Amino acid sequence: MQAGKYRWPAITLHWMMAVMILAALPLGLVMTELDLSPTKLKLYSWHKWLGVTLFMLLVLRVLWRLSHRPPPLPDSLPRWQRWSAHGIHGALYVLMFAIPLSGWLMSSAKGFQTVWFGVVPLPDLVPRHEALGEWLQETHEVLNGLLMVLLALHVGAALKHLFIDRDGIAARMMPWLKRS
Amino acid sequence: MVFRWMILPVLLVSSAQAADFSRFVPERSKLEFVSRQMGVPVEGTFSRFDARLNFDPARPEAGKVVLSIDLASVDAGSNEANGEVVGKNWFDVKRFPQARFESTSVRSLGGGRYEARGRMEIKGRSRDVVTPFTFRPVGNQGVFEGGFVLKRLDYGIGEGAWGDPGVVADEVQIKFTVTAAATTPAKPKK
Repeated sequence: MQAGKYRWPAITLHWMMAVMILAALPLGLVMTELDLSPTKLKLYSWHKWLGVTLFMLLVLRVLWRLSHRPPPLPDSLPRWQRWSAHGIHGALYVLMFAIPLSGWLMSSAKGFQTVWFGVVPLPDLVPRHEALGEWLQETHEVLNGLLMVLLALHVGAALKHLFIDRDGIAARMMPWLKRS
Repeated sequence: MVFRWMILPVLLVSSAQAADFSRFVPERSKLEFVSRQMGVPVEGTFSRFDARLNFDPARPEAGKVVLSIDLASVDAGSNEANGEVVGKNWFDVKRFPQARFESTSVRSLGGGRYEARGRMEIKGRSRDVVTPFTFRPVGNQGVFEGGFVLKRLDYGIGEGAWGDPGVVADEVQIKFTVTAAATTPAKPKK
């Protein structure tokens, strides 16, 4: 059966962002545990540069998504799966927007401007403010906790479609797979 | 007669300026710096410092300043950084509690702008420093403002793993505002 395929810009953006999110997440978890050192400053910067890049890729991705409908899900898919797929995708988009944004604002509130690749300074949208910085940090952490849960569901569902259902749904994002 | 009326305002102006600004006003003075960490400018301050100075804008070349900075009063931008920079690799405030700048010469650059040269001593190391500054009288006080670039590695500020200028840049921008009150009242005109 043929489920249709995503087009290359959607596929490229999906996998680029997947790789970068899977780099930024552990970086964030590790860097915050370290004592102050040059390594820590480097990890923070890499994490922020990834976040800024992800935010910009997300803008492109949303523009693409709004102008190109994804291939429809097959009618055979149970209704609850259809709804949970849409729900999780929607929530992932919201998080991919809110997480880098909260990180950027947090950095400003804590008195550290974000400078993309150490070259392009981003404006500080909020002034330096300790309580706001703390609150944004907690927000950033909670949103990332949520992201990890949703990623587990997203990847779990993809693996289920790939290996158990073998219905070609996951393969729509994996153009390197031969369809049977 | 005409000559007298022309000379009088000149005398008034010069006598009004002949004040010696020498009483440091700490609450209207500040010492700030901007370091660069991974390309990110990070602002910091020293909240306690003392200045012994005298400056007469009519005779700037006779001006003199000795600045003593209490290095433990540093705010480097975050609690974590404040704990770090007083330590051995940075200022090592236990052994070197103070930094000191002593001017050796002051000259006018014109238009209210001046240049001071002197020796800066931090962490037992001493280097020549040149800094431009402006001076403007405000009431019976005078405000000196200026700044220069200090190379932290010249003084061993940030040693060991911190010596990598790719992480924390060597150049640190220093900005100062020093306010001093006039101690000599304007000379009574004849």
